[in-house]
Amino acid sequence: MEKQQTKQEQIKKEPWLRIVKRDALPVKKVILIYAIAIVASLLVSSIICSLFSSKNPLAFFTSLFTGAFGSSRRIWLLLQDTALLLGVAVALVPAFKMKFWNLGGNGQILVGCLAAIFCMFYLGGKIPDALLIPIMTVASIIAGAVWGVLPAIFKAYFGTNESLFTLMLNYIAAGLVAMFITIWVKSGSGILEPLKYGNFPKLFGSKYLLTVLVFLTLAVLMYVYLKYTKHGYEISVVGDSPNTAKYIGIDVKRVIIRTMIISGALSGIVGLFLAGGIHHTISTASANNMGFTAIMATWLASFNPLVMIGTCFFIIFISRGMVEVRGNFGFTNDSIANIVIGLVYFCVIACSFFITYRVVFRKSGAKRKKTDKAKGVD
Amino acid sequence: MTIFFVSAISIATVLLYGCIGEIITEKAGHLNLGIPGIMCMGTAGGCLGVSLYMGALSSPENASLILLFLISLLFSTVFAAALGGIYALLTVTLRCNQNITGLAITIFGGGATNFIMSFVDRTNFDPAGKLISSSLPFADKLGGFGKVVFGHGIYVYLAIAVAVVCSLVLNKTRVGLHLRAVGESPATADAAGINVVLYKYMAIIIGSGIAGIGGFYYIMDYIKGSWENAATIEAFGWLAIALVIFVLWKPNVAILGAFLFGACYIVAFVIPNITSTQREIIKMLPYVITIVVLVITSIRNKRENQPPASLGLNYFREER
Repeated sequence: MEKQQTKQEQIKKEPWLRIVKRDALPVKKVILIYAIAIVASLLVSSIICSLFSSKNPLAFFTSLFTGAFGSSRRIWLLLQDTALLLGVAVALVPAFKMKFWNLGGNGQILVGCLAAIFCMFYLGGKIPDALLIPIMTVASIIAGAVWGVLPAIFKAYFGTNESLFTLMLNYIAAGLVAMFITIWVKSGSGILEPLKYGNFPKLFGSKYLLTVLVFLTLAVLMYVYLKYTKHGYEISVVGDSPNTAKYIGIDVKRVIIRTMIISGALSGIVGLFLAGGIHHTISTASANNMGFTAIMATWLASFNPLVMIGTCFFIIFISRGMVEVRGNFGFTNDSIANIVIGLVYFCVIACSFFITYRVVFRKSGAKRKKTDKAKGVD
Repeated sequence: MTIFFVSAISIATVLLYGCIGEIITEKAGHLNLGIPGIMCMGTAGGCLGVSLYMGALSSPENASLILLFLISLLFSTVFAAALGGIYALLTVTLRCNQNITGLAITIFGGGATNFIMSFVDRTNFDPAGKLISSSLPFADKLGGFGKVVFGHGIYVYLAIAVAVVCSLVLNKTRVGLHLRAVGESPATADAAGINVVLYKYMAIIIGSGIAGIGGFYYIMDYIKGSWENAATIEAFGWLAIALVIFVLWKPNVAILGAFLFGACYIVAFVIPNITSTQREIIKMLPYVITIVVLVITSIRNKRENQPPASLGLNYFREER
């Protein structure tokens, strides 16, 4: 008798809270959740920053905005950096949509950049720029595509882990850059002076505009490619379920290899712009970790190239704004920017939980009786 | 030749800590790409502990090895485990994407480490580094052999001990069996009455703590307390993750694998009379070897050499 009662109590005692998967939320609510997460993370960041200096938290926000939009040059830099990051994000998005974890963005950018610099170094001055720039473009695209397709071939035929393969290629790309710098820079300083030839022309008197326009166009084209073409359809089927793809007659290997050629080539184009349009030189850090940052941008945009314009803009806004915060708040190194960006990522990643799941609390005794009665359970 | 082996073992130790930490985490089914950031965080914590301890002494000569060792060990593991805790919270409880969370952890960890290190008082790092890397007194008397085997600081031997213990726990104990079950099939483990969430949390946090020691060891023992930025340690972190695959998730094999990686890493610096171009080519070796091993293991496709079956997938009990 007693045993039965305890057993019954055990059945009644459900956990204090449990997690339930929810149906798709309306877009407005999703945006609201993200907005709350971003604002919360920025508030926490402002408090942290003011704790380590004598400034008040409000100054954090004003610095953030003046840093990003303070002058026309800053706005152009903001747009240019956004465009570059968008370029990388556009390159990565087809791979991620296919569930191919391309962590090799950095390496693919770097080899693209290296190929362009290679052409600039050996052909610059010997042939006119009008001929040099197309050669650079082709070289960058081929280099990036090769760097992208290597892991894809092994993934397609042997199932080799692509995330580690691409990660290692990053370091090999950096090694190649270091190697070529030792060949090119005879002084041994390890710093390649900016090259004079093969620099991109100004567009309407602005050296930033060309970059912005090219990558915006690429983003729109990628949106169309993923959404309205047969290739795009194949990519999403392979990503969702390779078995379904096989069943309906999609050549999975071909799709993986083709998509990674595109992905690598587009990363190569970003490298091309770094070489020809912006730095005119190269170092092992030229990719500026954009390969990783862009992964965040694509994931936050849930793999939609048009939304990525917004997420890239936001990430660059924070990092450029943080330059000003760092100066105003008297921080000696730029690491504070990474801390703030990390915090924002944490909050945004964590809030994705509340979009897919909801938390259900255990109903208290009185409430439970009420609902039980309503259900007709005695 | 002696110097080559000694340096190779030092680099191997850094990688071994990171690798063992990542193996434990991956055995619970979580691919933690945050290990580079976590190793940085361990560095920051350990250095903070050392500077607090050295600062509290009247003169750096009074420092005792045991206290310095324990304090730095405690600080580096706690800091690293704290960051690992954030990763666990996000991926286990909130079921966020593991790769994305890991990358965010790495970005945050690198930044936080640079930030903390800019505040840490490094004036006494040189004597502290010498003390922590001090070898057994009879090592020098035994010539080259003695230097290679006994000529290391205490952290090197700790790394080997951790690897051996980890191997025994994973393969010979009930806890290890349960942990592997959680990594292979959490639903089955759950049905068998294993507390999946607890095991995942413990594996991630302990693994992160162990990985964190690696970064601290590199700064304090290998380069004797000098500090530039977190990028070097991050590179070691990525290599450590690659090493996990190289050694096929086996902690005892990791000791040898780490030595091989360490040797590849260091060989470019010890070969005399080569041009800087050739040096750069040799420096790429560890990465090329990793790729070759990755490809070979995937082609051979043996059952016992596969990653934990549910690696990278979050477990949600109510999912079909």
